Amino acid sequence: MIARPRSFLLGGHRYSPAVSLLLATPFLLMIALSFILPLAMLLRESLFVPSFSTANYQKVFDEPVYLRVMVRTLRISIVVTAVTLLLAYPLATLMARTRGLMLGLLLLSVLLPLWTSVLVRTYAWLVLLQRNGVLNDLLLGLGLIKTPMQMLRTDGAVVLAMSHVLLPFMVLPLYAALRVIPDDYVRAARMLGAGSLSVFRHVVLPLSLSGISAGCLMVFLMAMGFFVTPALIGGPQQMMLATLVQQQVTELLNWPFAGALVGVLLAFVLALVLLFNRVVRLDRFVGHA
Amino acid sequence: MVVNAIAYGITVFLLLPTVLIVPMSFGSDQYLRFPPSGFTLHWYAAYFADADWIDATLFSVRIALLTALVATVVGTLVSIALVRGRLPLKPAFELLVVGPVIVPNIALAIAMFLVFDRLRLTGTTFGFVAAHTALAMPFVVFTILASLYRFDADLERAALSCGAGPLQAFALVTLPQITPGVISAALFAFIISFDEPVISFFISDLNHRSLPRKMFEDIDYNISPTLAAVASMLTGLTLLALLIGHFLKRNSVRP
Repeated sequence: MIARPRSFLLGGHRYSPAVSLLLATPFLLMIALSFILPLAMLLRESLFVPSFSTANYQKVFDEPVYLRVMVRTLRISIVVTAVTLLLAYPLATLMARTRGLMLGLLLLSVLLPLWTSVLVRTYAWLVLLQRNGVLNDLLLGLGLIKTPMQMLRTDGAVVLAMSHVLLPFMVLPLYAALRVIPDDYVRAARMLGAGSLSVFRHVVLPLSLSGISAGCLMVFLMAMGFFVTPALIGGPQQMMLATLVQQQVTELLNWPFAGALVGVLLAFVLALVLLFNRVVRLDRFVGHA
Repeated sequence: MVVNAIAYGITVFLLLPTVLIVPMSFGSDQYLRFPPSGFTLHWYAAYFADADWIDATLFSVRIALLTALVATVVGTLVSIALVRGRLPLKPAFELLVVGPVIVPNIALAIAMFLVFDRLRLTGTTFGFVAAHTALAMPFVVFTILASLYRFDADLERAALSCGAGPLQAFALVTLPQITPGVISAALFAFIISFDEPVISFFISDLNHRSLPRKMFEDIDYNISPTLAAVASMLTGLTLLALLIGHFLKRNSVRP
């Protein structure tokens, strides 16, 4: 979580276990109602309704239709993670080198999209990418194309919009990692004769690995369960896991199967988080120096 | 230099889509165009004249205000227990705090739909506030934890040794010091609730829709320029909230 300064241990009142539990009771009640109970009930639905069976889970992997959605979700999430990493690195590098007002403006350009509604950003992409939208108008005007291109409901559009929406989640951990690399290291490497590429490969890249893995994990996890943007930008050919889950619930009322889909997603997400064994550093998204 | 140019290009990429919507929302065409032809406030007027939009907005404002209040109170209490308490099973609590951000929203959303439907909580203010409070909790707790760690706890110890009771020391010394953190936590909770599209998609009912749910429907069925007006206003509000948050943080950092 957040690094605790050592001096902190000195002062302040320490509450007894009983009082601590009392303070945590409202939290427990709330999280039981809106987190533990719903997830437990959904998983129960997938395994024990009407009686214990793993048939719903087998269906996820046995039927080609569903397997295809899983594979597509995985593929799009990997591409989005790679695209955001490529876009985030130069921006985070610039931010790490910048100070003062300019840094404030750069941070604003990351935080404003981060905190703007996902729906607003997705809607903006719809407007840009429609058949009679801004991008088609521009390309027609420049004479690059003769007839408007079909951009919505393509893999490219889904990847583009998702990368845009998830980019801040890559920039912030990268920036946090790059900011703390001392300038001296780069200067020392330069003095010893390393070129720019060599400095990057042997000094900056290894030291920013923590930020890279944190950002990639965050973006990949969010992409795997992403609902709004693929649902609105993509068509049936781009259906991802979340839209499949929604369809099973709202159109087919097939709760046991929807529960199994969520169960698979949860197992995957938990495995990744445990594998990387790092707590998601939320403090990077809520506050910045 | 090349890297810097690319980096500035990426900030343009980040900002451009939402920024382009703003001038387009003032355009007088039936379809959104860039550059917009003419200038009109028609689409803003259409928003304010439409009872559906206003109802959804007021519903969302109510939910977001209540979520901010509940999440901040509950979050402050559990943060204190985490920092100052001898909480049994502390790692389990920490896991529960980050849980809602690790579990994908779609999973939480249909799970809540399943349970809230049976408890008749869909479409109710209570249901929305309970759902959004869980979602905002990780951000609220982390914000408050950060300000508790920043606060010089020796001040509290000084109050205690001068004869204040634990409650008095907290209310008169600690709480005023962490107030900026608590307020920005409330701000985060408000934005998270107000903008939350996925859970709202499932736990809305026909008569009680949140603003994101109404936007989702409109984007899916009729892309009218009214949406551009709504989107522009939401972007403006986000900017305002960020500036307020920045101002709060500035004031909370003391030498």
